[in-house]
Amino acid sequence: MRNFIIKRLLLSVLILFCTTFIIYATMRCLPTSYVEQMAIRLSSAPNAKPYSEWLEQLNASYGLDSDIFTGYVTWLKDFAVGNFGDSWKYTVPVMDKFVDSVGISFIMGVITMILELVISIPLGIIAATKQYSKADYAISAGALIGISLPTFFFATILKLIFAVKLQWFDTHGMVGRNYAQLDSWGQFLDVAHHMVLPIITITIVSIGGLMRYTRTNMLEVLNADYIRTARAKGLSEKKVIYSHAFRNTLIPLVTIVGGSLPGLFSGALITETLFAINGIGYVSYQAMVAGDIPFSMFYMTFIALLTLLGNLISDILYAVVDPRVRVA
Amino acid sequence: MAKNKPEGYLSAKESRRISKSNRKITNAMEKKRKRKNVPESEYLTQMHDSKNAVEFDNLHTYFFTDAGVVKSVDGVTFEVPIGKTVGVVGESGCGKSVTSLSLMQLLQRPQGQVVEGEIRLNLGDKAYDVTKMPNSELQKLRGNFMSMIFQEPMTSLNPVFRIGNQVDEVISLHDGEGKTKEDIKKRTIELLEMVGIANSDGVYKMYPHELSGGMRQRVMIAMALACNPRIIIADEPTTALDVTIQAQVLDLLKNLKDKINSSIMFITHDLGVIAEMADYVVVMYAGRIVEKGTADDIFHHPAHPYTIGLMASKPVVGKQVDKLYSIPGKVPNPINMPNYCYFKDRCEMCVNGCDGDYPCEVSISETHKVSCYRYNEENKAKTEGGEA
Repeated sequence: MRNFIIKRLLLSVLILFCTTFIIYATMRCLPTSYVEQMAIRLSSAPNAKPYSEWLEQLNASYGLDSDIFTGYVTWLKDFAVGNFGDSWKYTVPVMDKFVDSVGISFIMGVITMILELVISIPLGIIAATKQYSKADYAISAGALIGISLPTFFFATILKLIFAVKLQWFDTHGMVGRNYAQLDSWGQFLDVAHHMVLPIITITIVSIGGLMRYTRTNMLEVLNADYIRTARAKGLSEKKVIYSHAFRNTLIPLVTIVGGSLPGLFSGALITETLFAINGIGYVSYQAMVAGDIPFSMFYMTFIALLTLLGNLISDILYAVVDPRVRVA
Repeated sequence: MAKNKPEGYLSAKESRRISKSNRKITNAMEKKRKRKNVPESEYLTQMHDSKNAVEFDNLHTYFFTDAGVVKSVDGVTFEVPIGKTVGVVGESGCGKSVTSLSLMQLLQRPQGQVVEGEIRLNLGDKAYDVTKMPNSELQKLRGNFMSMIFQEPMTSLNPVFRIGNQVDEVISLHDGEGKTKEDIKKRTIELLEMVGIANSDGVYKMYPHELSGGMRQRVMIAMALACNPRIIIADEPTTALDVTIQAQVLDLLKNLKDKINSSIMFITHDLGVIAEMADYVVVMYAGRIVEKGTADDIFHHPAHPYTIGLMASKPVVGKQVDKLYSIPGKVPNPINMPNYCYFKDRCEMCVNGCDGDYPCEVSISETHKVSCYRYNEENKAKTEGGEA
């Protein structure tokens, strides 16, 4: 097992090199360039230098005068020693902006994921054990609706019902208008109150997939021979399902849950935009549109790292839940 | 237009109608089964002969499928005497396994239902009709008074639990009162040794994928024997194993049966295995028993044309034949069976009476019974109104 993990880690490093290079090359080739826009702005000022001169000067100062490969190596050297640079768009150190915005996305992500697991796995199991019953049809139909609903549409519907008609929540924003006057507990409650609609949106939209996945796997396991053996032993139905069958259903579920680790940090771009939450999804989107190479590079490298880590974790978890794949 | 449709074709409308009426029937049955607090008197019954471990009495097990009702087991009556082995033979799909699953009440619900008949299980001081028992009571019998060895050892053990845990589970469930974990483990290891696993301590800690098919079947047998059941159902226990392991497993079963004095219901389509194992033989065809008797009756004096055909189709050592005999034709479609001898279309010995209703059971001797018109005719002349 140790050798396996070491091998995987070394392989991950190689993959990370390739990924970051591809991302860097793509960023440099984007049609939107921060420097060009800045040059246009500066050159349009009265008595300014012409555009081409500004561009040359800015390119030199932002390190874009070198070719892609040299630029990548320079970035890599800085990155390796922990020098992530300053964000061009936000004009603060990349790390500051990231730490600033990732918190709220992470909290939302964790809450959503817990809700997703707590809701979809039991529902999937119920649907599978009562196959073709009314409960099964209701759950499956609900899951299908969840999968099919576009986030923006569902979020707008929620806003219409709960914010506009019922006026239980604000339509957007992270805090209410009297936030500054509240004590710390009140401030916490205020933020929590504003998080309700976004979290409902993401949860409803995402539980469908996991639920259907659980149902399918559970059905497959319930028809297996060893479940019949467990019943023939005289075990109660509850024990058959929650001990014998569920342990086997966990095997494929673990891969999905392990793989969703980067999702905790990557934020929910559409939802955050719709509810005007300054989460990492929204911030990184803005940076990307502006052609902010240092911030985008940092964000994407971070996500790549998490993806690799998530894969490794699900591989390890796989071995924990399934004795057959334990590597000697 | 309807006439051009191939046999077995169902229009969507028909299929919907069938599944709707099926659901009505099965829902009513499931509702009855799921009642709480069923009084014991409802399933308490009397054995017809106290020397029997199990009596199947006119058992009808149907599957309500979307294509129609499949009468998998249609009026099966036989008994398993205490301490004896009863072999059930017949070709694939003739209802052997469904009969045994009816006894264990492990049918695929809600489609599979026992619609008529009784299965009486002898518990020593009393007898239960398992077809009317609620699930909570059945759980106390399964693995304890009756246990089952399945056909597929490779997939019958749960891959994520250790062998020891899986055997421990049965013991602690039915026999675990006042026992510590160490006691149970000791008993498990004893069982593993009993079924001929040499490295029982090591196997106790292993996972199923670390064992071969034969070893896994031994574990299954150990599990089935754990609580000294009164009846062991062996559903083709050697089909998935190679011949040498087959012989070992059969020997093992035979020895163990004598050791704990239980009965075996042995299901197979291998006549050689039956000859070696069984005291009594039941021959099934298309959900019905066509012939039953002692092993000697069936092997040396087969009466039903189907049994005669079966005997003729098995290879004989030392006899050179180019091609083994096979019974012509195929098993009829199990949906909407006609009311005449199911074997009529394949039978080479038909007599005039064969066009009538399904033949009644005729006794040839004390132990030997057969359902065939050929014996009706003969018997009519000899004993008027003897057996009808």
